[in-house]
Amino acid sequence: MESKSHDFKVRSGQALKDPFLQSALENLSLGFVESRRKCAEALPEFEALRDLGKNIYDHTLENLDFYLRRYEEKVIESGGHVHWASTPDEACRIATDICDQAKAKKVIRGKSMIGEEMGINDALDEAGFETTETDLGEYILQLAEEPPSHIVAPAIHKTKDEISDLFQVYHADRGFTERQTERTALVQEARQVLRESFISADVGITGANFLIAETGSNIIVTNEGNGDLTCTLPKVHIVTAAIDKVIPSVEDAMVLLRLLGRSATGQEITAYTTFTTGPKRAEDDDGPEEYHVILLDNGRSTMLANEFRDMLRCIRCGACMNHCPVYGSVGGHAYGWVYPGPMGSVLTPMMVGLDKAVDLPNACTLNGRCQDVCPVRIPLPKLLRAHRTWQHERKFNSSVFRFGLGIWTFFARHPNLYQFCTRIVMSVMGSLGRRKGVFNRMPFAGGWTQARDLPTPQGKTFQAAWRAKQREKKQ
Amino acid sequence: MINEHVNPSVGLFVTCLADLYRPSVAFAAVKLLEDAGVTVEVPRAQTCCGQPALNNGDLGHARVLAMQVIDAFAEFDYVVGPSGSCMGTIKTHYVELFEDDPEGLMKAQDLAERSHELISFLTDIMGISQIDATYDGTVTYHDSCAGLRELGIQEQPRRLLDGVQGIAFKELKDSIVCCGFGGTFCVKYPEISGKMVDDKCSRIEESGADTVLAGDLGCLLNIAGRLRRRGETTRVYHIAEVLAGMAGGPSIGDGEN
Ligand code: SF4
Repeated sequence: MESKSHDFKVRSGQALKDPFLQSALENLSLGFVESRRKCAEALPEFEALRDLGKNIYDHTLENLDFYLRRYEEKVIESGGHVHWASTPDEACRIATDICDQAKAKKVIRGKSMIGEEMGINDALDEAGFETTETDLGEYILQLAEEPPSHIVAPAIHKTKDEISDLFQVYHADRGFTERQTERTALVQEARQVLRESFISADVGITGANFLIAETGSNIIVTNEGNGDLTCTLPKVHIVTAAIDKVIPSVEDAMVLLRLLGRSATGQEITAYTTFTTGPKRAEDDDGPEEYHVILLDNGRSTMLANEFRDMLRCIRCGACMNHCPVYGSVGGHAYGWVYPGPMGSVLTPMMVGLDKAVDLPNACTLNGRCQDVCPVRIPLPKLLRAHRTWQHERKFNSSVFRFGLGIWTFFARHPNLYQFCTRIVMSVMGSLGRRKGVFNRMPFAGGWTQARDLPTPQGKTFQAAWRAKQREKKQ
Repeated sequence: MINEHVNPSVGLFVTCLADLYRPSVAFAAVKLLEDAGVTVEVPRAQTCCGQPALNNGDLGHARVLAMQVIDAFAEFDYVVGPSGSCMGTIKTHYVELFEDDPEGLMKAQDLAERSHELISFLTDIMGISQIDATYDGTVTYHDSCAGLRELGIQEQPRRLLDGVQGIAFKELKDSIVCCGFGGTFCVKYPEISGKMVDDKCSRIEESGADTVLAGDLGCLLNIAGRLRRRGETTRVYHIAEVLAGMAGGPSIGDGEN
């Protein structure tokens, strides 16, 4: 997927003016935030689980090479194939080659963020395969030709009316001519259309929530059960996953699963948790004949070695964006690429280029709520600050801003000069604005006064007033 | 950790916003501290804690400003400031700045241990649970982010406000959600910041309070500015002004008439 992250300011401006999006975002914060809170409060060991989750990843990342090799061995042992890709393009090529070799025509997909990162739908389309998304949200977006705006609830920005319109247009030739407006009727209609795709598909491509080194298994969690069908019905199953998805054992997976559902949607556990290990065995009734895993790096091994390693703990629960007031104001599309919200603002520059997503790490108040809810305790504000430091070192931030900051710092380093100058400026501002109490406009403060008035200062600086008082006392 | 010093000395970290914008907040801090039985001094060689540089990736200048604060406040038993944001920087981020400089790190750690945000200093260190003050109004309180999440300040201000005569306290819905100030964020992304502070103002309005308080002037200037832009007359004060009985004059964003 092509990044539009350089356009954050324009896109966020548009998002703020979109009333449908704004009401969808309001519901999001009400729904997910509340249910997560309740779920976390109901589990006394939730905080301890978070520590455990963090430790599992810290240990795994410290020994990532070992666990990846172990995982590969186990997949091969169970009859599967493992393919390594350093770039999204390479991963897509591997996937389309597998489909070619299987003489596939139809491909179905289970929702995965790694697929978005790879841009796999476009690659499959270009290679001439008929691809269908099977997750309801992703399916809606496929019809609408839009990218997801949330990593857990991809179509959160879509209203029911828009979905009714889409289904009416695209399902007419499948015999659904009536426009449905009820939630359940819409779901029912999608289910029937998708059922045909499941049955006729040659290849099923899923992501992975976790890869287990101990057994060579892949875990996916869904609430619709579409993942199960995508894994088991077609004769070829391709798992696409990033190298940081591997964890040591099934026991570790249990800890992380308990964190994932609660943090993502406020569910104790998702409706379906599906383990797949290799292709169908002789004694199995069903399952794929071929089982492939494509492991994508895409900059992660670089992050493993720098200050962004903590980010590789991410289990893609979406809690950080659900609790982010900036995400809550502008939604996911403003961020311009696959991953939105706080985790996206850390990841996107690493993946699409530091100079191509300059706004993202800056468009944050560093309020820290994301870190507070992150199940694996990723210090997101610290990582966003680290990006800002990289940008400053590379001079990516605007020269006007750097100049302003430079002047401020110069004065701040010379207290006498600072106090002398500020005393004059504040006294002028104070007397100009005293009667009204605020300024509506102010030279050099357009950014401030665009959104709010500027309160008038009291006029004296504290330093000046304090010294005067001390002198009085002495006399 | 309760105070162990006899007649402890406190260096007041004024904070640049109180110094420039609202000295009454710093005077209120001095009064509260003196009433608590400490000796207050105001070192002259202080300006800003360096947060603008730190948060914009200019670590070189952030270190210089941090060292200036470390030197200016070397002599005091405690360093106290009326801001969770500045004191959070001093307490939690200075040490990160000197990770590769053992001598600087030692000094930063020493300062961090002695540094406190004003309200939590009064309650947690000086053991104060009630302050003799009066304020006539229905009050709500916004939890500023750094104070809340870096320093764990949430219950302390409410406890002290509870003891003020004449106050009817109303909780603010979403009081822990950022007001959209974020230092330079608010001028770099005015539209997003505007939406966030507007939401905050709506919650304040819904609370039915006639006064909103917080422990950080950055948030307060932001909130007051937006309230006035919306045409609302809600009074806006720093919590220290109310606790010190110094909330008689015009509130933030109010004119003299
Ligand atoms: S950064 Fe943390 S909160 Fe955000 S998606 Fe990843 S695991 Fe979830």
